[in-house]
Amino acid sequence: MVKHTLDQKLAILSDAAKYDASCASSGSTRRHSRDGKGLGSNEGSGICHAYTPDGRCISLLKILMTNFCIYDCSYCINRVSSNVARARFTVEEVVRLTVEFYRRNYIEGLFLSSGVIRSPDATMSDMVQIARKLRHDENFRGYIHLKTIPDAAPELIAEAGLLADRLSINVELPTDAAVQQYAPEKKPEQIRKAMADVRLRKDAGRDKSFSGKRPPRFAPAGQSTQMIIGADGSNDATVLGQSTRLYSSYKLKRVYYSAFSPIPDSSSKLPLIRPPLQREHRLYQADWLLRFYDFQLDEITSVTQDGNLDLEIDPKLAWALVHREMFPLDVNRASREMLLRVPGFGVKTVNRILATRRYRTLRYEDLLRIGASMKKARVFITAGGWSPRGLIDSADLRARFTPPPEQLVLL
Amino acid sequence: MHHANIPSIGAASAWRKDARRFLSAGVPPDQILWGDYASSPDLFTTQTKLAPRGQVSVPQSFVTLAQTVVWHSDPERFARLYAFLWRLKDDPHLMSDRGDTDLSRLRQMERNVRRCQHKMKAFVRFREIGTSHTGRRSFAAWFEPTHNTVEPTADFFVRRFSDMDWRILTPDVSAIFENGTLSFQEGHLKPDLPEDAGEQLWITYFRNIFNPARLKVKAMQSEMPKKYWENMPEAAAIPDMIAGAPARARSMAEAAPTLPPARMSQVQAQLSNCNSAWDGPREALPAAISACTRCPLHRTATQAVAGEGPSNAALMIVGEQPGDDEDLCGHPFVGPAGKVFDAIASEVGLNRSDAYVTNAVKHFKFTARGRRRIHQRPVSSEIDHCRGWLDAEIDQINPKLILAMGASATESLTGSGKDILSRRGGVETSRSGLPVLITLHPSYLLRVSDPKARLRSHALFREDLSKAVGFLT
Repeated sequence: MVKHTLDQKLAILSDAAKYDASCASSGSTRRHSRDGKGLGSNEGSGICHAYTPDGRCISLLKILMTNFCIYDCSYCINRVSSNVARARFTVEEVVRLTVEFYRRNYIEGLFLSSGVIRSPDATMSDMVQIARKLRHDENFRGYIHLKTIPDAAPELIAEAGLLADRLSINVELPTDAAVQQYAPEKKPEQIRKAMADVRLRKDAGRDKSFSGKRPPRFAPAGQSTQMIIGADGSNDATVLGQSTRLYSSYKLKRVYYSAFSPIPDSSSKLPLIRPPLQREHRLYQADWLLRFYDFQLDEITSVTQDGNLDLEIDPKLAWALVHREMFPLDVNRASREMLLRVPGFGVKTVNRILATRRYRTLRYEDLLRIGASMKKARVFITAGGWSPRGLIDSADLRARFTPPPEQLVLL
Repeated sequence: MHHANIPSIGAASAWRKDARRFLSAGVPPDQILWGDYASSPDLFTTQTKLAPRGQVSVPQSFVTLAQTVVWHSDPERFARLYAFLWRLKDDPHLMSDRGDTDLSRLRQMERNVRRCQHKMKAFVRFREIGTSHTGRRSFAAWFEPTHNTVEPTADFFVRRFSDMDWRILTPDVSAIFENGTLSFQEGHLKPDLPEDAGEQLWITYFRNIFNPARLKVKAMQSEMPKKYWENMPEAAAIPDMIAGAPARARSMAEAAPTLPPARMSQVQAQLSNCNSAWDGPREALPAAISACTRCPLHRTATQAVAGEGPSNAALMIVGEQPGDDEDLCGHPFVGPAGKVFDAIASEVGLNRSDAYVTNAVKHFKFTARGRRRIHQRPVSSEIDHCRGWLDAEIDQINPKLILAMGASATESLTGSGKDILSRRGGVETSRSGLPVLITLHPSYLLRVSDPKARLRSHALFREDLSKAVGFLT
């Protein structure tokens, strides 16, 4: 085998890691190294240290420990049947890269994933060793996200959770059938069991003992997962149904949707398509509505016939256009629940409206200053000095919000 | 006319001190000229002594706001803050009026400073410049912030990098951290920092983590505006990455699928040797139950929960279905209902570990509502599909008595789940001819909200359990 330099390895193993969407570094315990004995801090909110031209942020050093893999998942660049260049970092190399990048303020921490080599347990124990070295030898107090190998032994997951801020296990595809088809070696029920295990350990870490002592926190930034969108035939209702189940069952912090994107040396089993970026975007919007706006799944997915979200307008607007009888709302009287349903109003806007209207009547200009997106919202509300009159019932209302037609481009 | 000159280092406390002085002396905003380090003192002003007229207090939220806004680059910032403070003195509610013009302007300035601080935390790039005489590694960065954010943001770098020496040099105020002490200096010229080997690796990473198939240049620029690019080593690679992206994406699409490498079968052979702790039970019946796909419930539940207990148990206890906790950990009756059962069973001398405990339906049925799973009662077809497993368990255990708890278990065992409240306490015969004692489901005891009714239902359940104990002895 060719001996790679560190630079070449980094090129291969970061190229192999880019299909993982998650780069969050937020929501963990606050800590710092003001004592001068360690390196790094965590402030609660994440920091994006750079952005690449694909619009994604770089918060963590996102690399694979190795891209050798014994699995053959069709959508994955690292599957065993692919002919990409292979490389493997040593434990020391990953630790050194993380610490040196961190000292130069390039990153918030490490997101370590890996292809499965030898066995799931062997791979996972190497990953845990990297985290252990960072935490114990280097006194690293930055963020660590470990991608858990679903089949790895529970003891390894237990140690990983104590060292890392976040654990994640990818469900990969929206349905069990699709996983069986495209990732034949992965078992959906094992993935679910592993996620349940992480949740139970996290719950147990929250309970105080009789002496009032808290056990060490397990994966304080929670667990997340990723689903590939557009590789199989599932519609958005299926995708969102799966994610609501995951949120409620395993208390996930996030479900990431990753538009299936062409990979070098792709498998013949999957069509090479332009990644459905708009669909991915709409799914994230719908995910937010489900989690923070009190929408129910069927409210969002019943708007269209085929169970897919409207690509031209956002899901909240799509819902509002179908339920025009509920509008216009008077911003000075409407309940919080209803205000959250106004297109163009976010959670912050609604909170500000509620705080201000305790003292006085809100006018149209106030809403602009509060930060509402009035281009959308004005049709659906009345405020001091503003009424949409017949606008809400006009036949071409939808056309006002859809983007102008665009010429198609070739992939 | 009064004059207040705020220094560039320590502006927050200086402004606060002056504002407090003016406000307590009742000086209106139009009587004060606020100047910063950039403006020279006005010749026609007088520095008069002010007599304080008592304490002033303002909402804490204003203090927080002011401590951020003072770092804005707007020359009017001190005056704007004081003018608003003057209004706030008579009307403390003003702080929660998000529609107020002055406040919304200040909030916007606060946002500008916050964003600038955030971008400074993100985009400062250190280069290693050697080792200090005390043996600490030294790093330096050149940065050009939009607002005066070095002083309020420096503590972030102290919290993060206190085991090394560092300096962040800017045209206005520079922060220097040496041997654990932070100090500020007036501006610097752009220094010539030495090359850093780490930078090349960083650029390699930046180039390779980029996915050319999903170009979104606008999204990048809105978060990383071009004004920062000059001091970020990786930004030099961006134009080249954008230009090459379409061709790279196209070549991926056009490349014909290749044949798998020769080592594939050899590598995959390793898989068969891997034993996983998650593989589940090995005995035939539990293994078959956990692989069950007879009804759609298996798609949403985590796992099938088979029965547990000694194989020679005289008593078999059948519940409805696994709940939230049981579904996660894979054992029957560990959740709240299981605890109620245990509590009452121990009162009547029934030891659960002597009995075989199982459910009529092996998968958890629920609807997802936000962060919670709401239990749903299984329908007859689901109970029917699962009856095969329950019958197989009964065959294997061959108990003297079966305790059917709740409607679903009773339906599965006797064919009808109706009128549980009137049938409870009675012994009926199961389809396979074994005696079935019918009782309430312990989760029903948890649901009863009326205290009197709850006591009564507990008593009934206790009565049924002691009947079961009596039946067996």
